[in-house]
Amino acid sequence: MANDEYRPPTAEAKASRLKSSASFCRLFSFLVLTLLLALAFFPSCRPGRRGHSLVVAGSTSIQPFADKWAEVFMEKRPGEIVDVQGGGSSAGIQAVGTGAAHIGMSSRELKDDEKELYQIEVAHDGLAIIVHPRNPLDNITIEQVKSIFLGEITTWESLNGQQKAITVVVREEGSGTRGAFQELVMGKSRITKKAIVQDSNGTVREIVSRDPNAIGFISLGLVNESVKALALNGVKPTEEAILKKEYRLVRPFLFLTKEVPTGLAKEFIDFVLSDEIQELILKEGLIPVRRVSRPEGSR
Amino acid sequence: MTKLEKNDRLVRLSLLMIALSAISVLAIITVFIFEQGTPIMFRYGLKSFLLGQDWYPSEKSFGLLPMIVGSIMVTFGALIIGVPLGLASAIFLTEFSHRRLTRILKPIIELLAGIPSVVYGFIGLMFLVPFIRDKFGGPGLSVLAASVILGIMILPTIISIAIDSIRAVPDSYREGSIALGATRWQTVRMVILPAARSGIIAGIILGMGRAIGETMAVIMVAGNAADIPGSLLAPVRTLTSNIALEMAYASGEHREALFATGVILFVIIMILNTIANVTAARQRKK
Repeated sequence: MANDEYRPPTAEAKASRLKSSASFCRLFSFLVLTLLLALAFFPSCRPGRRGHSLVVAGSTSIQPFADKWAEVFMEKRPGEIVDVQGGGSSAGIQAVGTGAAHIGMSSRELKDDEKELYQIEVAHDGLAIIVHPRNPLDNITIEQVKSIFLGEITTWESLNGQQKAITVVVREEGSGTRGAFQELVMGKSRITKKAIVQDSNGTVREIVSRDPNAIGFISLGLVNESVKALALNGVKPTEEAILKKEYRLVRPFLFLTKEVPTGLAKEFIDFVLSDEIQELILKEGLIPVRRVSRPEGSR
Repeated sequence: MTKLEKNDRLVRLSLLMIALSAISVLAIITVFIFEQGTPIMFRYGLKSFLLGQDWYPSEKSFGLLPMIVGSIMVTFGALIIGVPLGLASAIFLTEFSHRRLTRILKPIIELLAGIPSVVYGFIGLMFLVPFIRDKFGGPGLSVLAASVILGIMILPTIISIAIDSIRAVPDSYREGSIALGATRWQTVRMVILPAARSGIIAGIILGMGRAIGETMAVIMVAGNAADIPGSLLAPVRTLTSNIALEMAYASGEHREALFATGVILFVIIMILNTIANVTAARQRKK
């Protein structure tokens, strides 16, 4: 009798063990299904598949400006969608090549193996070498800039007489601004490891504006009164000096297409090259590619 | 099977699914990080990653040693600041303070944990960094700044776990010690702290995990130079900062190298967690 009483629980335990392994299988298949479902949705996020939208992707230096241009464009042309994405110059160049974007944005000159793309210069951007406003230094040579960022000159003594260590501030690896600086100033040489690294133009400016011994570089358009932009080889980074190509730290803002631009892409590019947007470009601190004629006496 | 039994099974099944989906997220993350990060480590050799001192990903130079050293230095610095402060607070709140005061102070300390890390970073950047620059020299963005900010950030973890483990020491220990003529401080030092030791250590290790994983606040105050810092006043980059700082524009091998950074971080944190679990288990056995 005792045996009879003993049996039922064992059977139940066995059953529940079976059940739980069955439920595990079900669960596993459920998870796999969810994953597959999630994956199935991914392609629909890819750009270029949506109806009437133009995908513009690439340089994050151009992105904030392009965002604004797209906004103005969409205001004028309700119903059209211009989707501006970042990703960096290289990603933009790649995206045009594969057709993932209609227009690519690059803030560097194309390399030889990328030259099969159509390039449209829409603006220029200059790099400013910035220091603290109280720094007595006003002028610097490109060679001095290079030595500072190489880590060869480490104090301000030979530059402005102060026996203070220089705080070098740079952007992070991979950023367009650092890329431009590397190309325009450093060439093949490495920026010193001791440099402070920040991940935006804004934070570089913030640090330089607070540290009397700091030096850094940012987009010319983002210089404000909190920092001082140095003259380079005696040339101040003014609009005029840049247009005359006297100021040397300038890079192009390029729009790229795979074919001769047509349709919405052409309309958008034409719009960006129009007086209205070129004027806006000037106001935003970039250098327009087209000389915008203004009535006499107006600024 | 009755209807109730069916319902029961259904509930059990769905709860199990939810529980497992949480675990599966961990599994997916692990697989993803390793899948993305390990190939490049083997392509360039594990040694060049772990011992290389030059981080120039655009030139295919992926030395992570400065970041590994940086993470260790900053974490250690945070512990030097956070542990004595945290432990002292916990001892005061459990053994010396008035019960009513404890009831007010403890929730306030726990509130510290709820402050977003970007706020800590911002305060550090606004007050601590200029202070260090003016008083000690250097750029201010430094190992010291990061250690102080992290030391404060790990306080709530260390304090609340230390309080719990000190409270778990049976009152008979205290009474026995006092009955033997020991002062309160002697009781704390020679009886209570040794009895609560493994819990306190587990708390410290959890705080350490928080410090090593913290990213935002560190990016803001550490300066992020990819160089082994020569002094406490030199800028430093941690493993987490390395990923967050460069993820935005990284592509190709640079991106893979950032995942490799993640793999190394993952391994370090796993080791720390294992140590924490083992110490906690040892305490439970006692």
